[in-house]
Amino acid sequence: MSRIVAWATLIFGALFFLLPLIGMTEFSLKMRRGVYSFDAYIKVFEDPTFFATFGYSLTLAVITILFGIMLVMPTAYWVRLKLPQARPVVEFITLLPLLIPAIVIVFGYIRLYNTSSWLPLTGSAIGTDILLTMGYVTLAMPNMYRAVDTGLRTIDVVTLTEAAQSLGAGWFTIMMRVILPNVLVGVLSGAFLTLAIVIGEFTMAALLNRPAFGPFMQLLGANRAYEPPALAVIAFAITWACIGLIQLVTRFSKHERAKA
Amino acid sequence: MAFLELSNLVKTFGANCVVKDFDLSIDRGELVSLLGPSGCGKTTVLRMVAGFETPTAGTIKIDGHDVTAQKPNERAIGLMFQAYALFPNMTVADNVAFGLKVKGVARAERDKVVVEMLRLIGLPDLGGRFPFQLSGGQQQRVALARALAVRPRLLLLDEPLSALDAKIRLSLRTEIREIQRELGITAIFVTHDQEEALSMSDRVVVMNGGIAEQIGTPFEVYSRPTTRFVATFVGTLNLFEAEAEGAGALRINGVTVRLPDEIEATRGGRLTVALRPESLHLGAGEVTLPATVEGLEFLGSILRIKARVAGTQIALDTFNRADAPPPAVGTKTLVSFAARDLVVLNA
Repeated sequence: MSRIVAWATLIFGALFFLLPLIGMTEFSLKMRRGVYSFDAYIKVFEDPTFFATFGYSLTLAVITILFGIMLVMPTAYWVRLKLPQARPVVEFITLLPLLIPAIVIVFGYIRLYNTSSWLPLTGSAIGTDILLTMGYVTLAMPNMYRAVDTGLRTIDVVTLTEAAQSLGAGWFTIMMRVILPNVLVGVLSGAFLTLAIVIGEFTMAALLNRPAFGPFMQLLGANRAYEPPALAVIAFAITWACIGLIQLVTRFSKHERAKA
Repeated sequence: MAFLELSNLVKTFGANCVVKDFDLSIDRGELVSLLGPSGCGKTTVLRMVAGFETPTAGTIKIDGHDVTAQKPNERAIGLMFQAYALFPNMTVADNVAFGLKVKGVARAERDKVVVEMLRLIGLPDLGGRFPFQLSGGQQQRVALARALAVRPRLLLLDEPLSALDAKIRLSLRTEIREIQRELGITAIFVTHDQEEALSMSDRVVVMNGGIAEQIGTPFEVYSRPTTRFVATFVGTLNLFEAEAEGAGALRINGVTVRLPDEIEATRGGRLTVALRPESLHLGAGEVTLPATVEGLEFLGSILRIKARVAGTQIALDTFNRADAPPPAVGTKTLVSFAARDLVVLNA
């Protein structure tokens, strides 16, 4: 009986999530009257703005990921190694982007870094790009920090550090050759989550007036019928590809498989 | 001149002083154990030598050079941890080669040392395995090889056998000692296991409350404990209250005992004396006391008899012989000992 209930719950849950997706995918294939076709997808891919905005967001995502890793990795490592008592404070700080809406952050940025401020970042495209990247780093912080911290939790950071130190290793060697390879899956999880956030982010990019993928999706959604669901399916596929990549990295990493 | 000199080492954590004026000199090639209960400061001393803790006061000298302010990665000290601490992302060979790679040793030379080290620890064919593919004993052997590969000036062993099962522990402690002797490396071994400390060390430092209660050879520490703590911590000991009868004699339960050496005590002063269970015998002897058997414990080849002597329950060890059955519980008997086996405790 309990088996039946369990299966019923599972099927209900699966349908709850899958039906809208199936409906959306089916709708995206119905651009040509009476038959299923990829016309909507072709239209999306034919639009040069798609590649321009996607390329722009992808570039910013990569920079965000690199900057995020450089910021979060040493912080999480140092907190675990030397400042375990500071963990609640750091965790609270990294959670703040979930509590403060993106619109508040971006208005704060505009107010602080406008053209008449001491650091007029919004005065140039590159400056605004830097500002947007920093905004993305902030937005991705809760996921990135947690992913890296979870990775660090699976290893004995203190002992491994001390073992490496006793063998003559300095901080950079320890970080790059001992800690990072052992939390790589965590770091990659954080990176792919960051990628997913940046690719779909709308508020910051729109308010800073940058040609990102999020505003493009919104613009397309407001003016077309079949292309938006096609775009949503593409975005969804990108997200799942990222999750698949995480699984792939885990599978090919021998020592990570051992930990699991 | 001693190879390693720890002078007046002090370590405080907030208001808690965990190491107090600790002095120790270790000669080149010597293996010294720091033995004591949890919280006695033995690991803190080790961590100060390794450079992971900065002493609040005092100096650490290796081969005449003051290393107190040196970073851990500049001290050339090998370390073995209780938790093995092998790098999970590296193979056994890579683990062993890590220190050499950090030092910038050429690949050919590195490979040569790895082969040599793996042969030394008896795992010549396991270079390609990952740590998770090894047993605990094998992992700890690899940790030893990794620590030795960089030819450290000093080897520190922080309870390296504690996580292993009894049989492996026994064989590995012999192996560690043999390798340490073969390479002539100076070593400090931290343990709370008295058997390990006594069986492996040239000298034992018994620590309690941040101080060294006694420093001596395993024989001295076991047979001639100088403090009540050492006497009770190392091995099993019977304690008797006695009364001094001048410098060369004392009285236990009305029986006068003439001591081979003079003691510092005033006539009539109270003393605590100690006797190992194996120093007591059933029947009359040089010093004989009446006893009542209260219990028996079979410890394999040894039979431990619990008896009450002078109001105190004592333990007496005798070989378990099939032709000499043990006395029954409640039997009135005599126990004896030689005066030279009696240890007068200072504190």
